[in-house]
Amino acid sequence: MCARMSRLFAALKWLLGVWMTVVIVAAFFYAPAAQNLGQMSRIIYFHIPAAWVSVLAFAVCTAYSVRYLGNRRTQDDAAASFSAELGLLFCVIATVSGSIFAKATWGSYWNWDPRETSIFVLLLIYGAYFALRSSVDDPARRGSLAAVYGVLAFITVPLLVFVAPRIPAVQSLHPDGPILATGGGLDMDRRMMTVFISSLIGFTGLYGWVFSLRLRTWRFITALANRQEG
Amino acid sequence: MSSSNWAREALAVLAKDIRSEYRTRYAFSAVLLFAVTALAVVSFSVSPYSLDADVQAAFLWIVLFFSAMTGLSRSFVREEESRTAMSLRLTTAPEAVYMGKLLFNIALQAAVAAVVVPLFLVLMDIAPTHPGLLAWATILGTLALASSSTIIAAIVSRANAKGAIFAVLAFPVTLPGLSSAIRATTAALRGEAGSGLGLVAGVAGPAGAAGDLRSLAAYTVLMIASSLLLFDFVWDD
Repeated sequence: MCARMSRLFAALKWLLGVWMTVVIVAAFFYAPAAQNLGQMSRIIYFHIPAAWVSVLAFAVCTAYSVRYLGNRRTQDDAAASFSAELGLLFCVIATVSGSIFAKATWGSYWNWDPRETSIFVLLLIYGAYFALRSSVDDPARRGSLAAVYGVLAFITVPLLVFVAPRIPAVQSLHPDGPILATGGGLDMDRRMMTVFISSLIGFTGLYGWVFSLRLRTWRFITALANRQEG
Repeated sequence: MSSSNWAREALAVLAKDIRSEYRTRYAFSAVLLFAVTALAVVSFSVSPYSLDADVQAAFLWIVLFFSAMTGLSRSFVREEESRTAMSLRLTTAPEAVYMGKLLFNIALQAAVAAVVVPLFLVLMDIAPTHPGLLAWATILGTLALASSSTIIAAIVSRANAKGAIFAVLAFPVTLPGLSSAIRATTAALRGEAGSGLGLVAGVAGPAGAAGDLRSLAAYTVLMIASSLLLFDFVWDD
């Protein structure tokens, strides 16, 4: 069973490589450019999946944190921190790509648009999470403090990511018409939609793959350290 | 444990903190002097200009936020430094400790706000359009600041770099409450057409400010409830 599972995962890894290649090529050559934004609209195949993964990674981090507080297994704490690492990476990608897009369309790299504010706060949370981790020596205490902070921050993230940009008084320039239109209506071109959804799946798969790599490496190193001690 | 016992323990923790604070007056004088200094710097540097209401509100809350950052972390750090945390852990239920510390932080931050806000109005020469709304924004903002910094203070007191990371950890968590408080204060200072306020009868103010006050209250309740659930993991590890 286990061997078959690992063979399946090995096959999925190659599939992911092919999938991402096809998505990248399709994003530039298959999907048409949007009417108003032109060629710049191709950012949605990379920027939004990265932002999605950074939020997803944070949710996974919180889930592992809650589990760690319940059972105090070192592995869950390690998994939470690995997920946060990946989330930080994707958050930086989303911030930088969005900033370049902002320069191209609005004329400045950064102007505290509500979206930019919320992703900046997400970056701050990830930064604070690792600052807290690095300032505690005892592993058990580090795990529980980081887990509590992770859960606490996760409670406030919905307020920032979903509520703050929706405040009618604040005019956002962020073009979320085609994706997050009111009522969830998706009025995208069919080919654009296909590439976009495929890219979301690909990025999520990429996250899952690197996460499992990280976790397996950690397990291996821990087992090795235990054997050397024993 | 019965609920009356629990409340009595929380009040005992509060009374203990107030008594030790009264003897040294360390936290209160430090926070108050910090707040007045920050206020003087703001007032001194911008006094030639007449500022918009949103800038004034932002300045006020920056001063209040950083005052909270200097003073409120002391509540738990002091227990660790004077090595009384262990005896408190043995004698008192974690939730009672949390509630006692929360009440003390609320009292401290309210005392600071009671000095800073009138002083701010005098120094910046502001006549608030809606004084009632300003009072509500200050009260609810104080509660929000105290509720989010109490649990962060508990986390920080168990870490190594106690002073340095408190503001770093507290800012992202406090931001939703802080931004609502700033918006409500802006509405209170700016002369907008007054209308009935849904939340609190008898207080006139712009209609949008009611939503801000409501979200401030909701944020505070959310913070206190999740802190009560999580505090045990920080306190008893």
